[in-house]
Amino acid sequence: MELLEFARGDGLQIAVTIFAAGLIWRLVHLLMTLKKTDLSEARQAGEKAGGIRTIFSRFLHHEPFRERTRNGTIIAYTFHIGLAIIFFGGAPHILFIESFSGLAWSPMPTVVVHVTAAVTLAALIAAVVRRMRHPVLNMLSNFDDYFSWLITTLPVITGLLAVAHIGARYEVLLAIHILSFDAFLIWFPFGKLMHSIIVFGSRYTTGVTFTRRGARV
Amino acid sequence: MNEAVENHPLEMDKERFGIKEPGARYDLQGDIPNEERVRKAMVNFAKDINRTTATYMEACVHCGQCAEACHYYVQTGDPKYTPIWKLEVFKQAYKREASPFAPFYRMFNLKKKISVEQLEEWQELIYDSCTMCGRCSLVCPMGIDIATLVGLARHGMFKAGLVPHELHAVAERAEQEGSPLGATASVFEDRADWMADEHDTDVNFDKEKADILVAMSSIEIMKYPNSIGATARILNALGESWTFRSEGYEATNFGMLSGNVEWQKHMTMKIIDAAVKCGAKLVVLPECGHAYGALRWQGAAMYGKPLPFKVQHISEFLADVVSSGRLKVKKVNQTVTFHDPCQVSRRGGATNAPRVVMEALGVDLKEMTPTGDFNWCCGGGGGVVTIHRADKLRYKVFELKMDQIENTGADTVLSTCSNCRQSFNDAQQHFNWDKNMESLLELVADNLIED
Repeated sequence: MELLEFARGDGLQIAVTIFAAGLIWRLVHLLMTLKKTDLSEARQAGEKAGGIRTIFSRFLHHEPFRERTRNGTIIAYTFHIGLAIIFFGGAPHILFIESFSGLAWSPMPTVVVHVTAAVTLAALIAAVVRRMRHPVLNMLSNFDDYFSWLITTLPVITGLLAVAHIGARYEVLLAIHILSFDAFLIWFPFGKLMHSIIVFGSRYTTGVTFTRRGARV
Repeated sequence: MNEAVENHPLEMDKERFGIKEPGARYDLQGDIPNEERVRKAMVNFAKDINRTTATYMEACVHCGQCAEACHYYVQTGDPKYTPIWKLEVFKQAYKREASPFAPFYRMFNLKKKISVEQLEEWQELIYDSCTMCGRCSLVCPMGIDIATLVGLARHGMFKAGLVPHELHAVAERAEQEGSPLGATASVFEDRADWMADEHDTDVNFDKEKADILVAMSSIEIMKYPNSIGATARILNALGESWTFRSEGYEATNFGMLSGNVEWQKHMTMKIIDAAVKCGAKLVVLPECGHAYGALRWQGAAMYGKPLPFKVQHISEFLADVVSSGRLKVKKVNQTVTFHDPCQVSRRGGATNAPRVVMEALGVDLKEMTPTGDFNWCCGGGGGVVTIHRADKLRYKVFELKMDQIENTGADTVLSTCSNCRQSFNDAQQHFNWDKNMESLLELVADNLIED
């Protein structure tokens, strides 16, 4: 099965190389950008702690904003948590992680992972439909938004098809699934998927600034 | 008479002080080719790119949640008022010119060059429909401080000569005359003397040495002069060594609001130099939101080193002296609500200070919903109140404020920002509304217990 061997052999290696190089370049570029020092007198100490606190506090909206942001938040949390459960809880994925890192843990029950995958797919579809239909999201969206959505959704779809043995032989479906993950890795550093790393920097930065001021973060 | 005064006479008979509404729209300054205009906008925007701004530019996931926190979007439902959209052309420029993959964006034209038509279109979004109130910054799941980025985008717009006519004229007047509203040093001194008589107190002017330098806003000097008398009465009651200085008495900073960094620095340095000259240990800023941000949080950057004195908004100063027991006030039997100036509370961290003062006054405080750090902006900040063409939109967003206030059932509305107050008074006149916004500072002065 040449395709499967390529997908998890050379294909994966190429993907990981591009992923790592792109990631390093993007982060190095950011870190090399001049840092501006805030010379104002801080109202209070603990700005670094405030920055770290903000990384966590922004996981949940402040109460006054919750009602108007509810739909987007629920959809986003559903697929983000779903993707984490699938990737870190699925037995084949843990075996994959163990194969290059040596780390392993007990998998979640197969049925939980499968149901989660179905719910995640539904949430991803809801997210893209909402993006197309909501006037604000539609206006903001560009190629990166839709392509990143596609590149995130494909591994979920192909994974479900592989598990259900629908459409082709298992080996073919598995190869396509791994290739879709390879594609995910290749695209990761170049588009908005990088938000999963940059989010820590942007939240921290704002947290530091406003903690200095004694303002709410 | 200089050009600004000749071309843009003051509008003295309106609730809102500003310049006479121009007969035609002039939103381009200078006679320069379009390409040069674009180049200047981009070069000056690029000057502000540092690790913080680059991180913000890279972080947006286009979730659109900032729209739900913005009074302009909430009140109109128009997606163009989505806060992060207001930065779209600057994000485009960042990606093309300064991002990690900028060469690819340029090589394959993946991000197009900015056009002057785009910048003209964005003028309304950067100036007319953003008060830099920072609600969007507080809701952003990525933690992007959008309000700060809008302020930086204005730097490029100013250099490109793409500032709304009225705001540019007001800023130019402030730079040339020392006040956006004609409150020159001699006008200020005259009005301060008048207030000294009215309040039966002494006003200190140009004392050689003083512990406290006090600055006022032009809006107070020209429209709410009782603030001068109130400030003097309180400082005299405390026995403070204080002074106004004619070389640095005006705290508003339309250089900052219009986007001209040189003017911002010049305006800030007047106060810093005055404080250094008289050896002040503390600069007390007036009831003005953006004046607080300009000196308290941006002043040191203009100075190039930490400020050699402390800076307090008048509400912080009052909170300190009433809570320490140095200033005694009578109890006030009033039901009030409080409008938080965005730059003092949400953006400035002094949310609790006015509440300490109101507690000392014993007023029955009926908080708005939402309040404090989540307060809705009055709609007039960020220089928006000067822009005539933005009036209709400003009144629309003010309806939010009216609803909030009506729902409290309070008799009196207090605030600690004269710009909010004039925006409020102007909208009050527009809507024939019976509510009046009053100054917390003046309420304190009116209820002083003086030995």
